[in-house]
Amino acid sequence: MTAHKTLAGTAHKFGDHVNTDLIIPATHLVSNDPKELGKHLMEGHDPDFTSKIREGDIIVGGENFGSGSSREHAPLAIKGGGISCVIAKSYARIFYRNAVNVGLPLIESPEAADAISQGDKLEVDLAAGTIADKTTGKTFSIPAYPEFMQRIMDAGGLIEYVKKQS
Amino acid sequence: MSRTRRILAEHAGRDSLTPGEFIEIPVDLVLANDITAPLAIEEFGKLPQGKVFDKDKVVLVLDHFTPNRDIASADQCAYVRHFAIDQAVSHFYDGGEVGIEHVLLPEEGLIRPGMVVIGADSHTCTYGGLGAFATGMGSTDIAAAMATGRTWLKVPEAVLVNVTGKPHKWVGGKDLIIHLIGVLGVDGATYRSLEFSGPGVAAVSVEGRLTAANMVIEAGAKNGIFPADRLAIEYLAGVGVNAPEMSIEPDEHGYLEQIDVDLTALEPQVALPSLPSNAVAVTKVPHVTLDQVVIGSCTNGRLEDLRQAAEVLEGKKVAKGVRLIIIPGSPKIYRQSMDEGLFDIFLDAGAIISPPTCGPCLGGHMGVLAAGEKAISTTNRNFVGRMGHRTSEVYLSNPAVAAASAVTGTITDPGEIV
Repeated sequence: MTAHKTLAGTAHKFGDHVNTDLIIPATHLVSNDPKELGKHLMEGHDPDFTSKIREGDIIVGGENFGSGSSREHAPLAIKGGGISCVIAKSYARIFYRNAVNVGLPLIESPEAADAISQGDKLEVDLAAGTIADKTTGKTFSIPAYPEFMQRIMDAGGLIEYVKKQS
Repeated sequence: MSRTRRILAEHAGRDSLTPGEFIEIPVDLVLANDITAPLAIEEFGKLPQGKVFDKDKVVLVLDHFTPNRDIASADQCAYVRHFAIDQAVSHFYDGGEVGIEHVLLPEEGLIRPGMVVIGADSHTCTYGGLGAFATGMGSTDIAAAMATGRTWLKVPEAVLVNVTGKPHKWVGGKDLIIHLIGVLGVDGATYRSLEFSGPGVAAVSVEGRLTAANMVIEAGAKNGIFPADRLAIEYLAGVGVNAPEMSIEPDEHGYLEQIDVDLTALEPQVALPSLPSNAVAVTKVPHVTLDQVVIGSCTNGRLEDLRQAAEVLEGKKVAKGVRLIIIPGSPKIYRQSMDEGLFDIFLDAGAIISPPTCGPCLGGHMGVLAAGEKAISTTNRNFVGRMGHRTSEVYLSNPAVAAASAVTGTITDPGEIV
């Protein structure tokens, strides 16, 4: 994980129930390459989305982010599109697991997700556990992952975790 | 304890489990398809095991973009095929053996009550219809399970769905679940089990239970589970599986809450665009001119579904300007439908009969929607752009409503035309 790096970028706001069909429409599920998938990021929501983002930008969602299909291509497309992390009020279960497995940082913070506006400049320090909204000057703390999942992330993802156990 | 926790405890070698705790347990069956297996196989290759943990407990089904949609999907299938042959995977379904995975596995006798099944497909939860614990995961989780035969889970809280009454003629498992998702919302059961119990369960067919369990993920649930009652045991015997009955009992310590559903009071349900939780009775749906009707999928591609559609379509014609696509869910269902004369009814009505495929459900192929088009479908998701262009719209219903709507060209209560 990128635990010792500060993530910085512009906030792109979304509403509740952003599902995996919006994140990466199924028709593109013929590649496992994050960069290729990233070209179609959020195409189901806004076909021009990728032209509006820069490397390091941050997606800010509402409730139940990543609902729907089990496609791991969804967090891969977010990573491949250059998004550094996602902040949302809550996540769908399978998406949450998948993001941990592919090393996409997810931050669950209803408070931050509500307070951050479209276009705000954000800085996220995963090691310190803080989100700073440079536009408004507000800061938010990041809740810790459950210990079990932190172990998987500390190992460097599920594959590395399984390797260590094997 | 809830039935789900009981199954998980048995697998964990524990007497009881507490909701919220993390466990690592052996799995009984691991599933992937042509769009999720390639990524799983890639990740599997990074692990030292090199061989699947048990060639009889891994299932690979090439059902999503098959018959191959384009070169990229053909390449994905070739990649999975090579792996399946190399690993001597016993349950590999390709070519004329392909059925839609969640229709196929129960029919092949691969599902038993009390099993733990994980699949790289969110609708893996279907198998709860036969009393299994079954849940969807991503490709990396499936890769790890293919190598080790184990997975990790967070033990879920449970909600008891107390089903009473007897459904009317055109009401079944699909209506039960659309109504329930309407009550819960699309995230109302996140991280939870939905456990179906009560005297009304006996009035829902096994096919209808598989349909209902299939869509629990649309309320965010981790899994759904039905009792393995006499009806389920008979179904299982028919597919060569001997299993004892398994009940689900109300238990004040086992369940976070109880939701009551009276089947007698239920009308056929339709989920309006663009969430499965937008549930309304078919008689309350605003007028809409349809371009396409799809009857099939892992939700409603079983024989009972096609028989219901045929009962509505017999002697009638599909409305001008409507494309009716019917997708038998497996080779067995395909043949049985043909032998029973259902294909004559469908073809006489002007329907298109597709080979078993997930195809149009996820906007893959074999019936993708153009900009602004409207469809009613017996599938499980009506998200924005799910079946094609992002300005197209999908309504969800049971097969009888879909068939009646194909005849009139607008969303119709089957009771009005049969």
